[in-house]
Amino acid sequence: MSADPSSSSVLSVARIEPASSWPALGLRELWEYRELLYFLTWRDIKVRYKQTALGAAWAVIQPFFLMVVFSLFFGRLAGVPSDGVPYPIFSFCGLLPWQLFANSLTQSSNSLVGSQNLITKVYFPRLVVPISAVLGGLVDFAISFVILLGMLFYYGIVPGWQIVALPGLMILAVLTALAVGLWLSALNVQYRDVRYTINFLVQFWLFATPVAYPSSIVPEKWRAVYGLNPMVGVVDGFRWALLGRPQSPGVLLLVSTVVVLLLLAGGLYYFRRMEQQFADIV
Amino acid sequence: MSNFSIRCEGLSKQYRIGATQEKYTSLRDVISDAAAAPFRRLSSITRNGHGKANGNHNGYIWALDDVSFEIAPGEVVGIIGRNGAGKSTLLKILSRITKPTCGRAEVRGRVGSLLEVGTGFHPELTGRENIFLNGAILGMRKSEIERKFDEIVSFAEVEKFLDTPVKHYSSGMYMRLAFGVAAHMETEVLLVDEVLAVGDAQFQKKCFARMSEIGRHGRTILFVSHNMSAVRSICKHALIIDKGRVVAQGDIDDTVDQYLSQLNSSLAAGEAIETKTFSVTGVQVTSSAGPVIKTFDRVEMKVRFIPKTDILDPGVYMSILTMDSRRLTGLDFKDFITAAPLRAGEPAELGFVIESLPLLAGTYQVEVHLKDMSRHLIEFVPQTYEFEVAETDVYGGRKLDRWFGYIGLRAGGFEKSCKS
Repeated sequence: MSADPSSSSVLSVARIEPASSWPALGLRELWEYRELLYFLTWRDIKVRYKQTALGAAWAVIQPFFLMVVFSLFFGRLAGVPSDGVPYPIFSFCGLLPWQLFANSLTQSSNSLVGSQNLITKVYFPRLVVPISAVLGGLVDFAISFVILLGMLFYYGIVPGWQIVALPGLMILAVLTALAVGLWLSALNVQYRDVRYTINFLVQFWLFATPVAYPSSIVPEKWRAVYGLNPMVGVVDGFRWALLGRPQSPGVLLLVSTVVVLLLLAGGLYYFRRMEQQFADIV
Repeated sequence: MSNFSIRCEGLSKQYRIGATQEKYTSLRDVISDAAAAPFRRLSSITRNGHGKANGNHNGYIWALDDVSFEIAPGEVVGIIGRNGAGKSTLLKILSRITKPTCGRAEVRGRVGSLLEVGTGFHPELTGRENIFLNGAILGMRKSEIERKFDEIVSFAEVEKFLDTPVKHYSSGMYMRLAFGVAAHMETEVLLVDEVLAVGDAQFQKKCFARMSEIGRHGRTILFVSHNMSAVRSICKHALIIDKGRVVAQGDIDDTVDQYLSQLNSSLAAGEAIETKTFSVTGVQVTSSAGPVIKTFDRVEMKVRFIPKTDILDPGVYMSILTMDSRRLTGLDFKDFITAAPLRAGEPAELGFVIESLPLLAGTYQVEVHLKDMSRHLIEFVPQTYEFEVAETDVYGGRKLDRWFGYIGLRAGGFEKSCKS
């Protein structure tokens, strides 16, 4: 009737205790659940375009048409400068990381509420949910990146050595989305107001980021404040890496990275702290 | 005894009553809440000094109240108790879905929990894909799922439909596949909630067989069920939980018997349930033959209440439901007799005599509507009462289980020679 005692004595003992106000980050446990992270991301990607007529083309349509609209209204009619690069490719270079960020942010902010059935019925590190939502955005990014390559070819632009910075910039965009997404997803569990705030926030953020215009039109004295928005560094960095703009966004990027890391650390702690009551209040 | 599998010490869980309605907290609430927080902490300190009052306290309720027990490795333990007694809360805490408010617990080894069949199944994905997804959600490694894959598929009998999206599955196939994945987890501890109440009899039989098999392999199982014959056949020990407390623990037959007789008598002693016009003090189902109700017993089913106003033409409708709330039958008082008027504030009792209760073994619920026919008033009593019919050899031979359904018939066999 009883199991082999020698085997049970080596088993690890899980301690279940009341919620603590300064929980451990639990990154090791997260690593143990990496397969779940993989499967949830895979599921999101797999079912995202199910039963749509255009399928994965949606990943391209959104940034592409935004680029067309931007080129028409900002580039052609309003005459927004584009640092000497053709406006369409200038804006598409900005839209690419922007869409990655905006989609990842929206998905991860709604992720916990969208998985309430899982959260109330199974245990796993809850961090898996917003992280997998963010990772799912990378596939759309990869698809629209192919379009960008086509456009570079069309305009005869050959990226220089700076292109090696691209993966790093991508990671920075994803981390920014995750950092904000952790705060918002945890808040969303308790206050559904967040759901309505996200769209507004993303639109506002778009104008605070040099997607439709170059950051060079921002007055010099405001640059430091402007750089507090991590997406400024990411978008500027993208243009620098792909279009070979002369000035490197080094300082801006440094500020952005510091801001993201601070946001991320705070988000992780806030999330871990709130996580302990997700199942009760979701 | 240090060689435990599960150990709980003073485990308690407090819930806010009506918390589900407060899902969408507004910002205004937060601000007023934050202002009140220091006082709340203070009151929780003084509260520990006074000990915990059971039940409702300032809109909070203790779903689990100072639960302590220890379970040895390899034990298969049934957890029994009425609806809302705290069984599911206990499993949720042990599976780490929710945190206890106070107390602590230790669980040795990996924990698998099956609180619902098919959690995380995605209708658009195929059977094969869902096996991997669901397995990962339940905490299985990919290699483990691969190793168990064939077993799961043959258990679920879905070989031909592996590459069909599960939204096209029949509900039977869906349930078998979902249970199949969970039932092949290789964890040291398995927590199973009342998941087997769903599905048809054949499915249940299959699941119970699998559960007993798992139990024989030396793994620790906590099993919540309302199905007493299932609990008896799978478990060797049981815990009774009532109002968040462990009231008994021990050998399976003793505890189940204790639970059944307690259930039948405690129906009468519960707290009053208020409706607009009535204060219901008890509902009782009793057998004239003894403390335990058996199939074909002569049974009385009655409700005790205090009317808050004068009732000119009192009536009652009582129906018997299965645990998954399917109405089996109902009795309306006015079909039998006309009762005398009742005075406000005076206790009254209305009921029925059932000459021969045709129900097979299992737990049933009684639902009550109280009426005043003179005012066309019908009030639903917002709580059902459970009673248990014990397992007996209905037709004189073997004991009958749920496989035979709910209804016992006064029947006999006959034969006729058809030789020409």
